[in-house]
Amino acid sequence: MAEPGPAINPIEQFELTRVLRIIVGNADVSITNSTVFMALVALVALGLMSMTAKGTVGVPGRLQSMGEMAYEFVEGMVRSSAGEEAMRFFPMVFTIFVFVLFANLIGFFPYSFTVTSHVIITAALALLVFFTVVIYGIKEHGLHFFKLFVPSGVPIYILPLVVAIEIFSFFVRPVSHSVRLFANMLAGHITLYVFGSFVVMLLAASAAVKVLAILPFAMTIGLFALELLVAFLQAYVFAMLTCMYLNDALHPGH
Amino acid sequence: MDAANLAVAAKYIGAGLAAIGTGAAGIGVGTLFGQFLNGALRNPSAVEGQFGRLIFGFAVTEALGIFALLIAFLLLFAV
Repeated sequence: MAEPGPAINPIEQFELTRVLRIIVGNADVSITNSTVFMALVALVALGLMSMTAKGTVGVPGRLQSMGEMAYEFVEGMVRSSAGEEAMRFFPMVFTIFVFVLFANLIGFFPYSFTVTSHVIITAALALLVFFTVVIYGIKEHGLHFFKLFVPSGVPIYILPLVVAIEIFSFFVRPVSHSVRLFANMLAGHITLYVFGSFVVMLLAASAAVKVLAILPFAMTIGLFALELLVAFLQAYVFAMLTCMYLNDALHPGH
Repeated sequence: MDAANLAVAAKYIGAGLAAIGTGAAGIGVGTLFGQFLNGALRNPSAVEGQFGRLIFGFAVTEALGIFALLIAFLLLFAV
């Protein structure tokens, strides 16, 4: 692109860099910045959550009530969208929720790396949920699990079409499940970067134009607030969809 | 006009077309909150119980706009 002025490269922030180069055979298993931040997210989540659970007292302090709120929030989500039996999956849903939430939030610190902005991470999480649903569903219900694809009360002449659509939508789930989270984080960070670089571009211009830099700066602050909301919402939606898919494994057949 | 310039032009036109999708998501989000307010003003006591669903619907609808925005960004910066 032949544009004058500082070039905008909002993709740069998502680049993977090797921190420690490890090659096993033909496989590249290097420690990258993504690995480091994933470990950081896990450590922070684990540390904070175990701090909230330590020395619980009758009248909870700030930390403990934060932990209890998170627990009750996810508990309510699991119970309401997947039923009482889904509580055996509560640890999984809670882990996914906390991991995604902390990954999203830690990504907001300047110079940090957003783990969830890479589709491979979210796809791994979504496939974990997908295979849990399939394996648990078949193990628990056997062939009855496939009633999931055959909605009751559909006229016989359009049934083949409906079944085909149900099967297709079932297999597309991990795609939409993972792309929703990754695209939201990616687009959010790109938008923040673009508006941030508008400030820099305007400040580099002549004095009369410099004043205008306040506009994209205000916009950046507003967007940041929106992105904080989105970071929480997407973690919530990811966990919520996990519950809905688990509901299919627990109660197949419409 | 040579092929390289044409490709750049096509890239920008494609990014512009992809951005239309964000407007479509805007219609969806507007409908969502409009209908919610409509219902909430009729029955304010139900607002608390349905707030979670509102936010869930918002996130799912807004994600579609984000998908369109993502395509636009990919065309602009990654292709």
